[in-house]
Amino acid sequence: MSITLIDRFRAAAISLFLLVALATPALAGAFEDAVAKFANDEFSDTAEAIEAVAASGNRLAFPIISALNEERLFAVPESKKVFIKQADDKIIDAATGAAVDKLPDGASEVRLNNRLRRAVDAALGGLTLMSSDPAARISAAQAVFKSHDENALKTVEEALAKETNSTAKTAFAEARAAIVLFKSDAPETDKLDAVAVLKSKGDQEALALLTSLGSGQPPLIAKAVAGAISSIQGNLAMWSMVQNAWYGLSLGSVLLLAAIGLAITFGVMGVINMAHGEMVMIGAYTTFVVQEVIRTSYPGLFDYSLFIAVPLAFVVAGAIGVAIERGIIRFLYGRPLETLLATWGLSLVIQQAVRTAFGPTNREVGNPSWMSGAFELGQITITYNRLWILVFTLAVFAILLAMLRHTSLGLEMRAVTQNRRMAASMGIATSRVDALTFGLGSGIAGIAGVALSQIDNVSPNLGQSYIIDSFMVVVFGGVGNLWGTLVGAFTLGIANKFLEPVAGAVLGKIAILVLIILFIQKRPRGLFALKGRAVEA
Amino acid sequence: MPHILTRSLDRASTIFILIVAAIGVLVPLSNLLLPEGSYFQVPTYLVALWGKYACYAILALSIDLIWGYCGILSLGHGAFFALGGYAMGMYLMRQIGSRGVYGNPILPDFMVFLNWPELPWYWYGFNMFWFAALMVVLVPGLLAFAFGWFAFRSRVTGVYLSIITQAMTYALLLAFFRNDFGFGGNNGLTDFKDILGFNVQAEGTRAALFFLSCAALIGTFLICRAVVTSKLGKVLVAIRDAESRTRFLGYRVESYKLFVFTLSACMAGVAGALYVPQVGIINPSEFSPGNSIEAVIWVAVGGRGTLVGAALGAVVVNYAKTFFTSGPLAPYWLFMLGALFILVTLLLPRGIVGTFNAWWEPWKAGRDADAASAAREDGVEPKPNPAE
Repeated sequence: MSITLIDRFRAAAISLFLLVALATPALAGAFEDAVAKFANDEFSDTAEAIEAVAASGNRLAFPIISALNEERLFAVPESKKVFIKQADDKIIDAATGAAVDKLPDGASEVRLNNRLRRAVDAALGGLTLMSSDPAARISAAQAVFKSHDENALKTVEEALAKETNSTAKTAFAEARAAIVLFKSDAPETDKLDAVAVLKSKGDQEALALLTSLGSGQPPLIAKAVAGAISSIQGNLAMWSMVQNAWYGLSLGSVLLLAAIGLAITFGVMGVINMAHGEMVMIGAYTTFVVQEVIRTSYPGLFDYSLFIAVPLAFVVAGAIGVAIERGIIRFLYGRPLETLLATWGLSLVIQQAVRTAFGPTNREVGNPSWMSGAFELGQITITYNRLWILVFTLAVFAILLAMLRHTSLGLEMRAVTQNRRMAASMGIATSRVDALTFGLGSGIAGIAGVALSQIDNVSPNLGQSYIIDSFMVVVFGGVGNLWGTLVGAFTLGIANKFLEPVAGAVLGKIAILVLIILFIQKRPRGLFALKGRAVEA
Repeated sequence: MPHILTRSLDRASTIFILIVAAIGVLVPLSNLLLPEGSYFQVPTYLVALWGKYACYAILALSIDLIWGYCGILSLGHGAFFALGGYAMGMYLMRQIGSRGVYGNPILPDFMVFLNWPELPWYWYGFNMFWFAALMVVLVPGLLAFAFGWFAFRSRVTGVYLSIITQAMTYALLLAFFRNDFGFGGNNGLTDFKDILGFNVQAEGTRAALFFLSCAALIGTFLICRAVVTSKLGKVLVAIRDAESRTRFLGYRVESYKLFVFTLSACMAGVAGALYVPQVGIINPSEFSPGNSIEAVIWVAVGGRGTLVGAALGAVVVNYAKTFFTSGPLAPYWLFMLGALFILVTLLLPRGIVGTFNAWWEPWKAGRDADAASAAREDGVEPKPNPAE
C-alpha cells in the first residue's frame, strides 16, 4: 500500500511541477482571456472561465472565484472587462488587479446557476486547499470531504503530499478517502484503504458518507463498509454516552453547588432553610453589581470580576445568613416545621426586596473572556464556563471538607452535629457555632450564586428554581454528610441527563422526582445516613 | 350517631356553624332578592369572592386536621385541591359540548387545537356529574392513600415528609404543564358554560354555589370535629406529640396517619371542586409549591389545632390578600405575606384562636372551678390545651 501511495504522490508532485513549470508562461495571456469569458453572460462560458481561472495559479484566482461566489463579480459585456467589488466596496479590475474608481456603466453581476455554484464550490475548495493558512486548508479539506468530487482528487493528493501540519494532513487523507470511495474506477485495494481511513475518522459525517455509498459494491468492499459502519455506530454510541455523562457531571456540579450550603445548615443544624435559594440569588446579584461597577468605572478589570465577586458574595450572603440566624432561627430551634414556614416567609421578603431594588426582569451578567468559548474533545464539545464551574464546585467542596476536618470551627461544628448537649457541656458555645455555621452555609450559597450567574438568568426567581432540587440532593445523599451530598448531586445530575434523551426533559425530571420519593420510602435517612440508635421525639 | 354530634359540638363550634350557616343563607338571598344598589345587597362579585374564601377555608380545615392534630405538615395539599379542581373542570369542559370555539361535540377545544384524534380514556365518564363528583373525592384520596402508604410505612416523618410532599406537587406541576398530558397544558381548563344545566355565570348559580360551599364548609367542619373528638382523635394527638411512644404503646401509627391523611386529601379535593366553577378556571399554577405553603400559613395564622382557627385564618389572610393586592399597596403584599410567616411563627405560635383560647380558658376554668366548688360538683375534666 505504501509503495503505491508514495508512487502516486511522486507522480502527482512531478505532474504538478511540470504543470507549474511549463504552463505558467503560456497561461499568462490565457488568464486574461479566461477572465474575459465571464463577461459573455453565457453559463457555459462562465463554467469554462471558472475552470481556467481556478487552474491558472494566478494570485487573483481566489479573489475572483470568491467574488463570484458572493455575487460581487461584475462584468461589462461590451468592453469584456470584469471587476471585483471588494468587501470594503473598493472596485478592482479582475484581470490586472488595478484599482478602479467606480463600476463603469452597464456593468452587471455575473450570474450563476446551480451547476455553476457547484463548480464554484469545487474551485474554491481546490484553491483554498493550497492556502497558506492551515485552518483554511482544513476547512477546505472538510468541504471536499463532503462533496467528494472526483475532480478535486488531484489537488487533494498534491496538497496531501506537501502538507506538514498533522491535523490538516489527516483532513486531506480523509478527503482523499472520501473521493476514492466514490470514484467508480478506483482500484479495490485503494477503496479498502479508504474505508479504513473513514472508519478511523469515526464520526457522524463518516457514517453518513459510508451509509450513502449504498449497495451494489463488490462483496469485499461491502463487507468492509458494513464493518466500518457498525464500528462507527458503536463509537458514536460511546461518545453520546460520554456526552451524557459530561452533561450529567455539569448538571451535578450545579446541583452540588446549590445544595452544598444547604447540606451544612440542614445537615449540621437540622434547620430547614427555605430562604437558601435566595442566598444563591443574592450571590448572583452581587456579581451583577460588581460587574456594573467595573463596567462603569474600571472596564479593564472585567476579566477579574468573578475574583472580586466570589469573596464579596460570600461576605454579603454570609452576613445576611448570620443576621437571619440571630434574628429569627435561633428562636425556633427544635421546631423544624415552624422554621420551615418562617424561612419561607423570609424568602418571599428577600425576593420582593430584590425585585423592588433591581426590577423584576433578568439582569445581564457577562462571562469573562476566559470563561467563554468551547473546545472539542473527541466527538463532544465542552464549553469553558461549564468546565470552570465543575472545577470551582470541586474546589469549594474540597475547601469546605478541609475546613470541617482541620479547623477548630470545623471541629466544634462536628461536635455540635453529633451531640449538641454534650458539646455544650464540653464548653463549646453552641449558639456561636450555630450562627457561624449558618453564616458559612449561606456564604457558600452566595458563592454558588456567583457561579450560577454565569449560566443562568439572574432574576429575583433564580433561587426558587434551585430550592426543591437542592433539598432533593441533600435528602437523597443523606443529611449531615457532605460526601453524601456530593454523590447525591452527581448521581441525580447524571441520571437526569441519561433519562432526558429517552423521556424528554420534563418527563425525565418528573421521573427523577418520583424516583427520589420512592427512594426516600426505602431509605428515609438518605444514601449515607448517620448511624445512630436514637429515636426522635 | 347523635352522641357523636353532641360530643363534637362545644360552644365555639356551635357558634361557628351558626355563623357560617347564616352567611351561607343570607348572602345568596340578599344577592338575589334585594334590588341592586341597595345598601344590604351583596354584589355578585363579592358572592363569588366569598365563595372562594369558603373553599379556601375547607382546604385550611383539611390541612389543620393533619397538621394541627397529627403533626403531618403537608406542603403538597394544593395538589389534592388542584386534582379535585381538575376533576370538576373536566366535567365542566365536557358540558361545553359543541359550543366551543371549534364546535366539536366531544373533544374540548384544546384537544381539537392540538389535533387529538379522540378523547383519551381518562376523560371517559366525565360527561356525567355523578362520575365527576366521585372522582373529585376518589382521585385525591387514592393519590394520598398511595403516597401515604409508602411514606408512613417507611416512617418518613417531619421535615422529610414535608419535602417529599412538596416534591410531589412540584412533579404534578411539571406534568400538568405538558400539553401531551391531556389536561390543557399551561392554559388549563376554562371557558366553562354549564353546571348541571345551569349557566355558571348566572347570578342564581353563583348564589347556589356559594350556599353549597358554605354547606360543604359546615360538613367538613363537622367531620373534622367528629374525628378529633373521637378516641381516634386522641390517638392522633398522641402521635403528634410523641409518635414513637404511641407506637410503643401498641398503636399502629401508620394506619392512623394514613386514614387521616387520605381523609384530609378528599376534603381538599372537594374544596378544589367547589372552587373551580366559582373562579371559572383551573390551571397548573394551582399545583405550585408556593400555593400549598401559603395554605399552611392560613392555618398557622388562625391557630393550628383549632379547627375554627384554621377556617378563620384562611378567610382573614385571603381577605387581606384581596384588599392589599387590589390597592396601591400591591407591591408590598409579598413583604406583608412574608412578614406574616415570620411574625406568626415567632410571636404568635398558637395563632389567633389558639392565643385567644390560652387567654380565655384559664379565666373560664377559674370561673368553672368557682362554680364547681360552690356546687360541690366533681368529675369536670380539665380540658387539654389543643394548641400544645
